[in-house]
Amino acid sequence: MSSHQTEVLSTAERVNRSLKRRYAAERRFRFYGLASILVALVFLVILLGSIFFTAIPAFQKSYIGLNVTFDAETLGIENIEASNAFLTADYDAVIKAALRQRFPDVSSRSEKRTLYSTISVGGTYQLADMLQAQPELLNTTQFVWLTADDEIDGYFKGKIDISAPESERRIKDNQIAWLESLKANGEVKKGFNWTFLTAGDSREPELAGIRSALTGSFLTLLITLLLSFPLGVAAAIYLEEFAPKNRWTDLIEVNINNLAAVPSIVFGLLGLAVFINFFGLPRSAPIVGGLVLTLMTLPTVIIASRASIQSVPPSIREAALGVGASAMQTVLHHVLPLALPGMLTGTIIGMARALGETAPLLMIGMVAFIVETPQGIFDPSTALPVQIYLWTDSPERAFSELTAAAIIVLLLFLVSMNLLAVLLRRKFERRW
Amino acid sequence: MQKSVSIEQPVMDNMQPAKSIMVQSSKDTDFEFTGTVGNIAAANPRMVTRNVDVFYGEKQAIFDVSLDIGTNEVIAMIGPSGCGKSTFIRCLNRMNDTIESCKVSGEIRLDDKSIYRKKQDVVQLRARVGMVFQKPNPFPKSVYDNVAYGVRIHGLASNKMELEEIVVSSLRRAGLWDEVKDRLDAPGTSLSGGQQQRLCIARTIAVNPEVILMDEPCSALDPIATARIEELIDELRENYTIAIVTHSMQQAARVSQRTAYFHLGYLVEVGETSQVFTNPAHKLTEDYITGRFG
Ligand SMILES: Nc1ncnc2c1ncn2[C@@H]1O[C@H](COP(=O)(O)OP(=O)(O)OP(=O)(O)O)[C@@H](O)[C@H]1O
Ligand SMILES: [Mg+2]
Repeated sequence: MSSHQTEVLSTAERVNRSLKRRYAAERRFRFYGLASILVALVFLVILLGSIFFTAIPAFQKSYIGLNVTFDAETLGIENIEASNAFLTADYDAVIKAALRQRFPDVSSRSEKRTLYSTISVGGTYQLADMLQAQPELLNTTQFVWLTADDEIDGYFKGKIDISAPESERRIKDNQIAWLESLKANGEVKKGFNWTFLTAGDSREPELAGIRSALTGSFLTLLITLLLSFPLGVAAAIYLEEFAPKNRWTDLIEVNINNLAAVPSIVFGLLGLAVFINFFGLPRSAPIVGGLVLTLMTLPTVIIASRASIQSVPPSIREAALGVGASAMQTVLHHVLPLALPGMLTGTIIGMARALGETAPLLMIGMVAFIVETPQGIFDPSTALPVQIYLWTDSPERAFSELTAAAIIVLLLFLVSMNLLAVLLRRKFERRW
Repeated sequence: MQKSVSIEQPVMDNMQPAKSIMVQSSKDTDFEFTGTVGNIAAANPRMVTRNVDVFYGEKQAIFDVSLDIGTNEVIAMIGPSGCGKSTFIRCLNRMNDTIESCKVSGEIRLDDKSIYRKKQDVVQLRARVGMVFQKPNPFPKSVYDNVAYGVRIHGLASNKMELEEIVVSSLRRAGLWDEVKDRLDAPGTSLSGGQQQRLCIARTIAVNPEVILMDEPCSALDPIATARIEELIDELRENYTIAIVTHSMQQAARVSQRTAYFHLGYLVEVGETSQVFTNPAHKLTEDYITGRFG
C-alpha cells in the first residue's frame, strides 16, 4: 500500500520536473513563431509603405488656369460648316496665344519655347473636346483649367530641389518666377488624377493611365478563369473518380505535377508557336494571353481540385453509392459540393499568379504601347504587370510614381479577387 | 453452463476476448479448414452465394464461402476482427466494386440471377440491396433530404406529396420521427450518433429495398439506441431480408434466426442461432463464443 503510494508520488514528481522543461520549450517555440510573424509583418509594412508613399503623388495632378480665346482665325477655322472643322483646328496656337497674353514680358524665342512647355500636350485635346461639345464657344474667351506638364507638376509637388544650381535643374529660374506668379494669382490648382484611371498609356506621364492595361488584364483573366476552372475541375474529377489507376494515369499525373513547375516563359513560347504562328490568332490580344495563362494555371487548378476531392470523406461516397446513386450522381450531388470550396481556393491562387505574370505575355506581344482601351478579346492590349514593367523603363521621373500607383491598383485587384474567393468559400462551405 | 447466453443483458461489447482468441488460433498455425459445418442452405433463399473468393490484390480475404440468405430472415455474421465479415457482406451489393484492388470470384445470386453478370446494373442492384454502414454517414444535407435522396434519384415518388409520405413513413419506421419531426430542415449531421444511424436506416428503407445489409450498425451506439435499432430490425424482418454483421453475441442472439461464424476468411459454421450459441458444432465457434464469457 505504502510502496504503491510512493510510486505514485515519484511519478508525479517526475512529471513535475519534466513539466518545467516542456513548458519552457513551448514558450520558446511560441516566441520563435511570434518573432517570425513580426519579421514578416515588418517587411510587408516596409514594402507596402514605400510603394504607397511613392504612389500618393500620382493620384494628384496640377492644373493651370488660363484665359483661352477660341479665336477662329488663330484656330485656323475657315468654314465652320465643315464637318471636321473642330477636329483639325490648331488648338496649340490658342494655348500659346493665351500663355503669351498671360506673360507679355516673355520675348526671346527660347524663353517662349520654355513657356509653351508649361502646358501638357493634353491641353489641346481638352480644348478640342470643349469646342466640339459647345461650338458656341467659338470667338469667346473662357477661363480653362489645363493639365500642367509633368515637370511643372513635379515642381508644384515639391519634387524639384530649387536650392540646386540652375544649370542642374530641369526647372529654370525664369520658369519658377512664372509659376510662382500663377500660384500667387490662384491660377494653379491640384485635383484628383482622373486621367490615371480613365486614360490608356501615353508617352507623357501626366496623360498616362492604366485603363487599357486594367481592361486588358481583366479580359485576359476572364478567359483564363472561364477556361481553367471548368477544364481543371473536369480533369480532376475524371482523374480522381473515373480514370482507371494504371501506368497511363500515373504518367499523366506526373506530367501535371511537372507542368506546375515549368517556368512561365516557356508557356509564352508555346503560346507564340501554337496560338499565334500555327492557329493565326492575333498578336497582343487578350484571347492569346488568356489561353497561355490557362495553360499555366491549369496544373495548379487540377492539383488543388484533386486534393480537395480526396479530402471528401469516403463515407459520403459510400453512403451515396449505397442508396444506389450512379457514379456521376455521387460526384455531382455529394463530392463536388463538398470539394468546391477547396477547388475555388486553388483556382483563385492560380488566378492570382496569372494576374501577376509578365514573362509569358511578353512572348506573345502584349508588351505593346496601347493607348486605346481594348473593346474585345481580339483587340490589341496589354496587362497591368506589363504596363508596370513598361513604365519602370521610361525616363520621365513622374513615371516612377505612376508605376507605384499601378502596383497599388494591381494589389487592389488581387485583394478583391481573394475577397471574392473568401466570400464564395463561405457561401459553399459546409461542415460534415 | 458457461456456454449459455445471457440474452437479457444488454451489455456493451468488449472485443478483448475475441481478439485474444484470434491471436491464439493464428499461433496454433493455420487451422485445417475442412468445409463449413452446418446447413448453408435456407428454406426460401433470397440470396445465394457459392464458392465466393475475394482478393485484395494478391491477398485473399475470403476463401470459398457458400451461404444462403433466406427470405424474411435475419442472418447474423460473427467472427473475430479481420476475418472478412465486412468484405463478404460488401460483396452482396457489389460495394467492393469501389475498391480498385478488390476481385470477387464465385457465384452470388439475387433471386436466382447472378449479380456479377455483365448485364446486372449496379445502380439497380444497390436499390434492391440497401446497406447501412458501421459509422453513421448521413449526407451533409437536411434530415428530409437525407431520406428523400434515394427516393428522388430512383424516381420512386411521382409528386411532392408522395415523396413526403415516403419520407415520413421511413422516419417513423426507423423510430426517429418523434425526435426530428420539428427539425426536418436541420442538417442530418447535427443529430446525435444514434439518431444519425437511425437516419441512415430510414434513408435505406425509404428506397424500399428487398435486402438490407448492416455492417455493425450499433457499434457506435449506447445500449438504449442499440435496443431501439434491434427492435427495428425485428420489425423490418416482416418485409425485408436482413444480413447483419455484429461483434455482439447478445445482439446476434437477440435479432437473428441464423448465425454464420467466420474465421480468417473461412465460413466455419452456420446454423440456427439458438443451436450455434448453445451447442456449436465446431471447436473454433465454441472457442469464440465461450471466449466472450471468459
Ligand atoms: N480495402 C482493403 N484493401 C486491402 N485489404 C483489405 C481491405 N479491406 C479489408 N482488407 C483486409 O481483408 C481482411 C478482412 O477485412 P474485413 O474488413 O472484411 O474484416 P472484418 O471481419 O469486417 O473485421 P472487423 O470486425 O474488424 O470489421 C483483413 O485482413 C483486412 O486487412
Ligand atoms: Mg468490418
